Amino acid sequence: MMLELLLNGRRLREPVEPHVTLLRFLRDQAGASEVKYGCGEGVCGACTVFLDAVAVNACSVLAVQAEGARVETVSAFAGDGSLHPLQQELIERGAVQCGFCTPGVVLGSIEAVRLGLAGDRMTIRRSLAGNLCRCTGYGKIVEAVEAYRDGEGAA
Amino acid sequence: MSVVGERPARVVGRALVRHDALEKVAGRTRYAADFGLPGMLHAVLKRADLPHARLLRVDTSAAEAVPGVASVLTAKDVPENTVWVDVPGQTFQVGALKARTNVLADGVVRYHGEPIAIVAAETEDAALASVELIDVEYEELPVVTDAEAALEEGAPLVHEQGNLIASWQLQEGNVDAALNATHAVVEQSYETQFVDHAYLEPEAGVAWLDTDGVITVRAATQVIEHFRDLARILRVPDNRVRVIAPYVGGGFGGKEDMTVEPYLALVVQRTGRPVKMVWSRSESLLAREKRHPMKLRYRTACDAEGRLLAQDIGIVADGGAYALLSALVLLYATTCSQGPYRCPNVRIDARVAYTNHTPASAMRGFGAMQVALGYEGQMDLLAAELGLDPLELRRRNFLEGGDTLAVGQTLDTHVALPDLADRVEAALGPKPEPSTRGRRVGRGVACNLQPYGRCVWLNDWSSAWVGFELDGTLVLRIGVPDIGGGQASSLVQLAGEVLGVDPAEVVIHIGDSALTPLTGTTTATRQLYMSGNAVLQAAGELREELRPLAAELLEAEPDDVEFAGGGARSGERHVAFRDLIAAAAKRQVPWHRLSIFRAPGGDAWRSEASWRGRVFPDFTYGCHAVDLEVDPETGRIDVLRYLAAHDVGRAINPQSVEGQIEGAVVMGLGYALSERVVYEDGVNLTGAFAQYLIPTAVEAPEIEPIVVESGEGVGPFSARGIGEPPVGAVAPAVAAALADALGRRLTVLPFTRERVAEA
Ligand code: FES
Ligand code: FES
Repeated sequence: MMLELLLNGRRLREPVEPHVTLLRFLRDQAGASEVKYGCGEGVCGACTVFLDAVAVNACSVLAVQAEGARVETVSAFAGDGSLHPLQQELIERGAVQCGFCTPGVVLGSIEAVRLGLAGDRMTIRRSLAGNLCRCTGYGKIVEAVEAYRDGEGAA
Repeated sequence: MSVVGERPARVVGRALVRHDALEKVAGRTRYAADFGLPGMLHAVLKRADLPHARLLRVDTSAAEAVPGVASVLTAKDVPENTVWVDVPGQTFQVGALKARTNVLADGVVRYHGEPIAIVAAETEDAALASVELIDVEYEELPVVTDAEAALEEGAPLVHEQGNLIASWQLQEGNVDAALNATHAVVEQSYETQFVDHAYLEPEAGVAWLDTDGVITVRAATQVIEHFRDLARILRVPDNRVRVIAPYVGGGFGGKEDMTVEPYLALVVQRTGRPVKMVWSRSESLLAREKRHPMKLRYRTACDAEGRLLAQDIGIVADGGAYALLSALVLLYATTCSQGPYRCPNVRIDARVAYTNHTPASAMRGFGAMQVALGYEGQMDLLAAELGLDPLELRRRNFLEGGDTLAVGQTLDTHVALPDLADRVEAALGPKPEPSTRGRRVGRGVACNLQPYGRCVWLNDWSSAWVGFELDGTLVLRIGVPDIGGGQASSLVQLAGEVLGVDPAEVVIHIGDSALTPLTGTTTATRQLYMSGNAVLQAAGELREELRPLAAELLEAEPDDVEFAGGGARSGERHVAFRDLIAAAAKRQVPWHRLSIFRAPGGDAWRSEASWRGRVFPDFTYGCHAVDLEVDPETGRIDVLRYLAAHDVGRAINPQSVEGQIEGAVVMGLGYALSERVVYEDGVNLTGAFAQYLIPTAVEAPEIEPIVVESGEGVGPFSARGIGEPPVGAVAPAVAAALADALGRRLTVLPFTRERVAEA
């Protein structure tokens, strides 16, 4: 099958096997290694991408389901020299250790704030429940999301 | 005791942003699986379907016939299929047994998931299809599923030499007499479980034959020095193999033993082609080494004032099917099993046995953390017996600097436990009320000790290269693998401190066994201690080498020269490193330095009779407290508050220290409440991440770290290691809080809802 989609603003046209997941397509065929494989079963959130502006686990979606869609990875938010304010908060608050969960955490949190799901700390935690992190214990990630949300409110 | 004796001034002690965070947050860090080469093969392992069986036939002909398959390798194709590791302690009692592991199963499989064959093919799909066609005929053998049973007479054997892997025995004072003559004696057994590291990054790597003929393996590892083991397996000289460690997506001990490396290297040797291997999450859960489960038996006695008089301790650990690091894990357990408490009479009988479970090996806490459930449980039982506050009982027994542990090691740095206990108590406040009727609130405290730095018998060392580019940039070359704990960035911070350079301007090259000076393993909470001291030494020596020249350029006395602001200065005058290094190059004054830090050794390991004495460089101590709410009906537990106090000697980067404490506590909570790898007759039933419950952001509470800096430790600027220590006190603190809430003590981990509801 021919698959056509927009990846971080770049138009792609690639042949793809029907059984291939969006995760595998992005990593192996589209060179998007910033999307991580952590479990392949929809549990860890390391493979989070925006599919038409909605956060999904790329391992749980077939590539062909993204036909004609707009796909964004963490790279869409880090241009040359510039970072998304949430990324800046994550760095400054020490919320990045091994960093393997981070691309997914960035997208999951941006969506949570955008949808107004990041109210108090517990709601932030609930909105992050699909993004596992084994290193940080989550506290500094939650602080970063909180700070970003407050910054957004002020803006 | 600081090795170099410097006082930090400028960047040490500040919460600096880690140099690797920017690339990581932007998604640009290339982890092991994010790398590839043209014409690369994909390799997949055929793993054992049974936990213990003879291999009557391994037929690979159908697998080889699959289009796109480049090679299928079994044990007979491996030049040296047996890896021997000589671990101290396995010569004690057990005889000259070395830790033996097979690269590929040879004749017998001993655990579910043990690798039998490697398939390498043009595509991953072809490799996966091929591996399905490997036809293995098994003859089932009796399965050994319990470590205690494994040690009984007549138990089926996992290895011909017998099921005992290692044993440590010691007796200090007269335990029997003390147990008979004391005020209170408590006796209890405890049980810990198989646990997975569950780092987010599964095991992965890429290998190729480089143009210089060197087999190069770029893999997620904590130990680039496995290049020597790989050379032995391939039967080539050591320098024909090179291991590169990119930034690792979490290690926690699980990437300490080799993972994908030997399989990749074998395929390269056989085919000459680049090859990639990425383990699936289920493979990792199925067959990656686990934490040792332990059965602990404690008898503990104290006098009327609550002072400990005797501890009688039995430990039986399940080492799984291969020995790996079991003897060392057990040594940590043995050394720490008396807890951070004085006790004149101690008897320890510790044994680790083979079973047909997944091999157990290194995991954060490394034996020292499992025993905390036992020694802290005993303190709570004694406190209850005497009607004393649990923390008060502990205060009466805390170790002090100068005390000697039962293993014979005298503590030569400060033990901050009284201070830690005070800080925790002051922060706690009154116990909260239950949120609704029917729920109960419990409070628990626990203390622990954990060594940092490797066992002194191993004569540890680390080397570092510190120098400048001609444009004045400060550069570090150092073999350290960075597994996410900020290993590289703390070294950058230390070099910047000594030479007066903003850490953001420092460049570091890490993790290459051929090109960066070797630093040993990123394990055992040793990198800050060992490589930190090596960097401090190299940077200090380099500074002194440059000082006379700087003095000349500044027209000052050498003693008046200060290194700061990216150069050297005296009074108002300043020379930037760019100019200083240009002058050095012209004058042939060296502008780089390679130094080795050698850990002060103890008595070398010799024999059964003389093993007592110093075992570890030093310890890190902690005191934790938890408030939790339990629903006794459903067993649901909500952690309301969690305090974790540790003495880190000096916090090189306070933010990284907090990060280590918070991450380790949440890992400890997973261990305490939910995590468990389940076996049925040796078959591993935990094959999916959805079945292995690590805490999410919802289960994880806010952790309140309390960082105490006593100014004593053996790392750079008197720092102590903090990577592993905070994981140990968590389960006993939770056990204590549950006992407080329910009036009944749980002793078998994890404390799942079902178990709590039954309690
Ligand atoms: S890899 Fe997709 S959720 Fe884990
Ligand atoms: S930082 Fe390592 S998994 Fe989150």
